[in-house]
Amino acid sequence: MRQNFTYLDFVYYHMALIKFTSKGIYCAQGDFYIDPWKPVNYAVTTHGHSDHVKSGNKAYLCHELTKSILNHRLGPDLNIQTLPYHKQITINGVKLSLVPAGHVIGSAQIRLEYKGEICVISGDYKVEYDGITTQFEPVKCHTFVSESTFGLPIYKWQPQQEVFAQIKDWISGNRDKNKTSVLTAYSLGKAQRLMKGLEGYGDIYVHSSIANLNEGFLHSGVNLPETIRITPETRKEELQKGIVIVPPALSDGRWIKTLTSPATAVCSGWMQVRAGRRWQSADAGFALSDHADWPGLLSAIKATEAERVYITHGFTATFSKYLNEIGIESEEVKTQYGNEEEEEEKS
Amino acid sequence: MKRFAELIQQLETSNKTNDKIAALVDYFNEADDLDKPYVIAMFTGKRPKRPVSTALIKLWAVELSEIPEWLFTESYHNVGDLSETIALILPPPVQISDRKLHEWIKDLALLNGQDDTHKKAFIVNAWNSLETRERFIFNKLISGNFRIGVSNKMLVNALAKQSTIESSKIMHSIMGKWEPSDITYNDLIAGVHVNTDNSWPYPFCLAYALESEPASLGEPKEWQAEWKWDGIRGQIIKRNGELFIWSRGEELVTDQFPELHFLANELPDGTVLDGEILSVKEGKVQAFSILQQRLNRKTINKAQLNDAPVGFYTYDLLEHKGRDLREDPLATRRQLLEQTIQQLQTQDIVALSPIVIFSDWTSLAKLREGARELNSEGIMLKKLDSLYHSGRKRGDWWKWKINPYTVDTVMIYAQKGSGRRANFYTDYTFAVRDGDQLITVAKAYSGLTDAEIKEVDRFVKKNAVEKFGPVRTVKPELVFEIAFEGIAESKRHKAGLALRFPRIARWRKDKKADEINTLDDLRQLLQSTL
Ligand SMILES: [Zn+2]
Ligand SMILES: [Zn+2]
Repeated sequence: MRQNFTYLDFVYYHMALIKFTSKGIYCAQGDFYIDPWKPVNYAVTTHGHSDHVKSGNKAYLCHELTKSILNHRLGPDLNIQTLPYHKQITINGVKLSLVPAGHVIGSAQIRLEYKGEICVISGDYKVEYDGITTQFEPVKCHTFVSESTFGLPIYKWQPQQEVFAQIKDWISGNRDKNKTSVLTAYSLGKAQRLMKGLEGYGDIYVHSSIANLNEGFLHSGVNLPETIRITPETRKEELQKGIVIVPPALSDGRWIKTLTSPATAVCSGWMQVRAGRRWQSADAGFALSDHADWPGLLSAIKATEAERVYITHGFTATFSKYLNEIGIESEEVKTQYGNEEEEEEKS
Repeated sequence: MKRFAELIQQLETSNKTNDKIAALVDYFNEADDLDKPYVIAMFTGKRPKRPVSTALIKLWAVELSEIPEWLFTESYHNVGDLSETIALILPPPVQISDRKLHEWIKDLALLNGQDDTHKKAFIVNAWNSLETRERFIFNKLISGNFRIGVSNKMLVNALAKQSTIESSKIMHSIMGKWEPSDITYNDLIAGVHVNTDNSWPYPFCLAYALESEPASLGEPKEWQAEWKWDGIRGQIIKRNGELFIWSRGEELVTDQFPELHFLANELPDGTVLDGEILSVKEGKVQAFSILQQRLNRKTINKAQLNDAPVGFYTYDLLEHKGRDLREDPLATRRQLLEQTIQQLQTQDIVALSPIVIFSDWTSLAKLREGARELNSEGIMLKKLDSLYHSGRKRGDWWKWKINPYTVDTVMIYAQKGSGRRANFYTDYTFAVRDGDQLITVAKAYSGLTDAEIKEVDRFVKKNAVEKFGPVRTVKPELVFEIAFEGIAESKRHKAGLALRFPRIARWRKDKKADEINTLDDLRQLLQSTL
C-alpha cells in the first residue's frame, strides 16, 4: 500500500502534530497540551473527569458546558476559554475545533488540523446516544487517539433501554419489599444519565455533589430532569419511596446505613463481568457505561479512516495488537488517564 | 432456563444469607417441577458425565466469535471463568428458545457417545438461541461444575422453608442416592428414596473456628478436647451387612480404602462412625501430603498401600444398633463409641481419636503448641452435652487451630485481576532464594488491603521487566510473608515442594529481598513433617 513511504517517513509526517510527552499529549506547533497530567501553560480539556483535567494550568480551553465543572472542581479563579462544538479557532496556524464525544455532558474530541494533516484526540467517548449528552460524531482524520477502557470483546453493552428496564425492575422489587433503592453513579455523567433514564419512575433524590454539578448545568441551559437535593432534613420515608443517586465514594459509607433497609446498585461497565459484580459490596450491578464497548470502539475507529491509531488508557496492549492484526496501524501509549472512577472526590 | 438464570443472578449479587435463602425459596415455589431435582443435584455437586471436552467448547466458541485465539485467551484471563467468557464473547443470539432447564440437561446427556459434528451442531445451535445470562448457565451445565456459594446447609434451609419439612430430614434425603431423572421434587424432599437405601449418611456436624481465647468458653470440665486431624473427614456406615465409606464431600469412597474393609465383618449392623481418614504408620499420623498419594485414584497398587497406609480415627458414633444417636449428648455417644471400637478384633487400623486430658485452659494451650509434632492442626473443643448437629451451629463445637507456618518470599511475577480489578495487578507469584537463583514457591491472591493492592500495582507498572501475555516479571524487591498450612513434596513444581493454602500474611516493608528464606529452609521444614 505505502510503497515509497518508509516507517520513519510515516512517523515524521504524522508525529509533527502531536507528541506523547511526560506531561501529556503535546502539540508543538500550537504549543498547547491536551489533557495534561502535569501543570502547563495551556491545557485543552476533553472533559471534566478528574483523570483528564488537573489543577495548576495557567489557561484552559474546553467546551462551554465543561466550564462550570472545572470551576466547581478546581476553583472559581481559572483562566478558561470556551468553545461550542464545531467552532474553529486557529492557534499559531493549527486549526482547532471540538467535536461531540458522547461521553458525558460537555465532553469533546479535539480535532487539530495543520497544513492538511488532521489529528483527533478522542478523550473518552461512547457511541450510543444517551438522551442527554450530545451524540458522538466520528471525524475523518489521519491520526486518531482512542481510549480503550473496555477494549476486550467481552464488553458488549446491551441497548440502554434494556438496562434501564432491568434497573426499573430492581427498583420496583425494592419498593415491594419496602427497601430504599440506592444507585451509585459517578457524579459527572453517569448520575445525569440515570436521572434521564429513570425520569418519571419516581422522585429522584441526589447527593449534594451531584446536585451541585446539576446546578451548574442548569445555569448553562442544559435541560435536566427534575431532582431533589438530599439535605440532613430529607425524610427517610421520602427516600424510601423515591430513587436515591449517590457518588461511589459514598457507597460503603455510614450515611447509606442510616437509610430504611437500603438496597444498593452499582452502574458501571465493569458490572458486565461476574467477578466485577462480586467485588462490589452492592446488592446489584448493572452494566451501564459512558465508554464505548468493543463494537463501539471498533466502529468509531474504522469510521475515522485513520492511518494510525494511538491507544491510551484501558486494555491498551491487547486492543492495539488486535487493531494491527486487522490491518489498522496502531500503537499503545502510556498516559495517566483511566482512574476516573477511583478519584471521585470524597464529599 | 430463564427462571434459573434469574435465580443464579440473584444468588450471585446478594451477599446476605437471608436474601439468598429467600431467592431460593421463591425459585422452588415458582420453578418447573421437573427442573427442581436437577437444580438440587447441581447445587449439591452431583455431576453428570461431561459430554463435550473443554478444548472443543473453546475451539467452537473462538470460531463462532470470529476473534483470534490469543484474544480469547486474554479475555478469559480477564473474566476468570471459561463458561462466562464464552457467554460474553459470542455474537448475539439469532433466535430465542424457551426450553426448560431439565430438557437442556437431558439433551446434553444424550450427546455422550455422539460424534463431534453432532455435538458441535447441538452446542452452536444452543448458543445461538440463548441470551448471555442463559448461555453462561448452559456452559456451566456442560462442565457440570457449578459453584455459586450455595452451601448444602443453605439449600436445605431454603427447601425446609419452602416445604415445611424438617431440615435434617431434607439433608438426609438430598445426601442419599438418587437420580434427578428418576425422582419427583416432592418425593425427593420427602425422602421417599432414602429409607430403603442402606448407604445414606448423616450430615456432618461441623465446628466453627475459635477466634477468641478459650477461657471465653467457660468451665473446662464441660468440654472435651481432641486433636484436630488433617485428613479426610469420613463417615463409615455398616447396615444390613454392607459397608459404606463417605467422605465429607458427600462422595462414596469405599473402594479407595481397602484397609478399612475388614469393618464389614467386624462392625455390628446399624453402626455409623464419624472420624478422619488418615495415613497412619506405626501408630503415628502422617502429614496430609502422604495421604494425598492415596486420594482420587481409580486403582491402588501395593507400593501405595505400603507407602501410605490408611487408618481411621473415630470421633463420634452416630448410629448404634440401628438407633439414631444424634440427639444423645456427646458424653453418651463417646461411651458407646469406645465400646464399639474396643470390640473390634483387628486393632490399630481403626482407633479412637484420643481425648486430650486437661485441667485448665492454660495447660491446654501448652499442649496445643505440640500439635504439629503429631501432624495435628490444633485442638477440637466439643461441649460434653452437645448434640450432633447437622452442619455448623455456633457454640457447641470449636476448632482451635495452631498458627500457620510462614515464610518470607519475594514477589517475582504479577498478573492483573479480573472484572473491576482488571486494571490492577492483584495476583502474585512468590519465590525464595536458592543460591543465586529465585525459585517460585507460591501463588497468592488474597491478603492485601485495597490500598496495598494499589501500591503494589504502581510498583508493578513501574518495575515490569518482561511481559508474557498477561503476566509481568517484576524486579524482585517486594518482600511478603506467606502463611501456609502444610508442605508437600511435588514433582510438578520446580522447587520440588508445594505449599498448602498459601496466602499473603503481610507485606514486609521492613525487609529487603536478600533477607528472604531459602529453599533449604523449606526443605528442612518438609523433612521435619515427614
Ligand atoms: Zn471520562
Ligand atoms: Zn478517561
